[in-house]
Amino acid sequence: MNTPAGKPPLDRTTLIDLGFIDARAKVLDIAAFLDRLDRAPGTDAPTDFRVEAIRAALSIALDASPTRVERILKSWSDPTTEPVSHADGKAARGAHPQHKA
Amino acid sequence: MAKPRVEPTHNTRHENFYATQIDSKNITHSLFQTHHIRKPLSDSHANHMYIDPHIHMVSRTTDDYARMAAAGCVAVTEPAFWAGFDRSSAAGFHDYFRQLTESEPRRAAAYGIAHHAWICINPKEAEDHGFAREVMSMIPDFLSRPNVLGVGEIGLNRNSKTELAVFEEHLEIAARHNSLVLIHTPHLEDKLKGTRLILDAIAAHGKINPARILVDHVEEHTVRMVLERGMWAGMTLYPDTKCTAARAVDIMEMHGTERIWINSAGDWGHSDPLAVPKAVVTMRARGHTAADIHKISFDNPRAFLSQSGNFSVNAPRPTHS
Repeated sequence: MNTPAGKPPLDRTTLIDLGFIDARAKVLDIAAFLDRLDRAPGTDAPTDFRVEAIRAALSIALDASPTRVERILKSWSDPTTEPVSHADGKAARGAHPQHKA
Repeated sequence: MAKPRVEPTHNTRHENFYATQIDSKNITHSLFQTHHIRKPLSDSHANHMYIDPHIHMVSRTTDDYARMAAAGCVAVTEPAFWAGFDRSSAAGFHDYFRQLTESEPRRAAAYGIAHHAWICINPKEAEDHGFAREVMSMIPDFLSRPNVLGVGEIGLNRNSKTELAVFEEHLEIAARHNSLVLIHTPHLEDKLKGTRLILDAIAAHGKINPARILVDHVEEHTVRMVLERGMWAGMTLYPDTKCTAARAVDIMEMHGTERIWINSAGDWGHSDPLAVPKAVVTMRARGHTAADIHKISFDNPRAFLSQSGNFSVNAPRPTHS
């Protein structure tokens, strides 16, 4: 790369020009998703760990430390280290029930 | 062929550029939106040559081959994978391996694309160890076919003990035949743990030069550990479940462009066979040089894949069958 490691070639203002509308749309989509869940029947059901995983990730996204994406992905990851005895035949769900904020 | 050109309109955040789309009968032009780009598309940008080193063309249409060729694709490599359903017999895999080594190269050559394959039983269908061994017994015969580059995409799916045992047996086959290895890392919440298990198994096996192994589907939380062990890393450009183009460019900016490539892994699911050329557009918009773009989308995959004597960017002469 022709730029120092970790440094984008474009300056901050240009990157904001480039990415703001896209990021704005994604923020609204997340807010709309949470609003939709609030409007839906079943609010007395147990909390879904996937929704909690998103709420926890949002707090990481808002903090001032770097490597937000890496930390969010790790927070959603299976924290165990040993192979499971059998594959259950189901697909991965996007966040682990034991996820940590 | 002259391409219609659209001058950017700088008062909008998104701009449209023409992308050539070709179907089997007609050449048409359609618009796709890219991120905000300050410079007009130049002639040198229009026909960028690239390799898609991981795409499942058995799941794609002939029109996709045509669109990829129009976008500059000169070579693809196609790992054996889970085709969306579990095959009921080893004979089903034998037919699939024949499709990868006989039919797809002909289909690709019709559009000037060199097609290569990787052979294995994918981890999702490897939970029955006896069945997996029956399929693995067929691998050596296919490794000698002229378009086969090595063993792949092996790895883990849900990180089970049997998946891991089958992965280790695949490594042994690759070592015995001095083959390149292409590795699938698990999806979503299973990726971090699975990548660690895979890297530890490779280290324990110890018979394959890490420079001959590519670990695919890396993301921000796994790329560093792969590169630090001397292996190659692949970033898969998926709309939802792996890397977006914007994040892939972030990873390049943070980790450099050595031993790293991008691929579409286009298949039967939500994926885009033009993800690589679209990522090239994103790199241009983000101010990256033509040299860096060529390195990530052409030079790097060619360097890794050329470790197999079977790799070429020159498609064979089209044949009819």
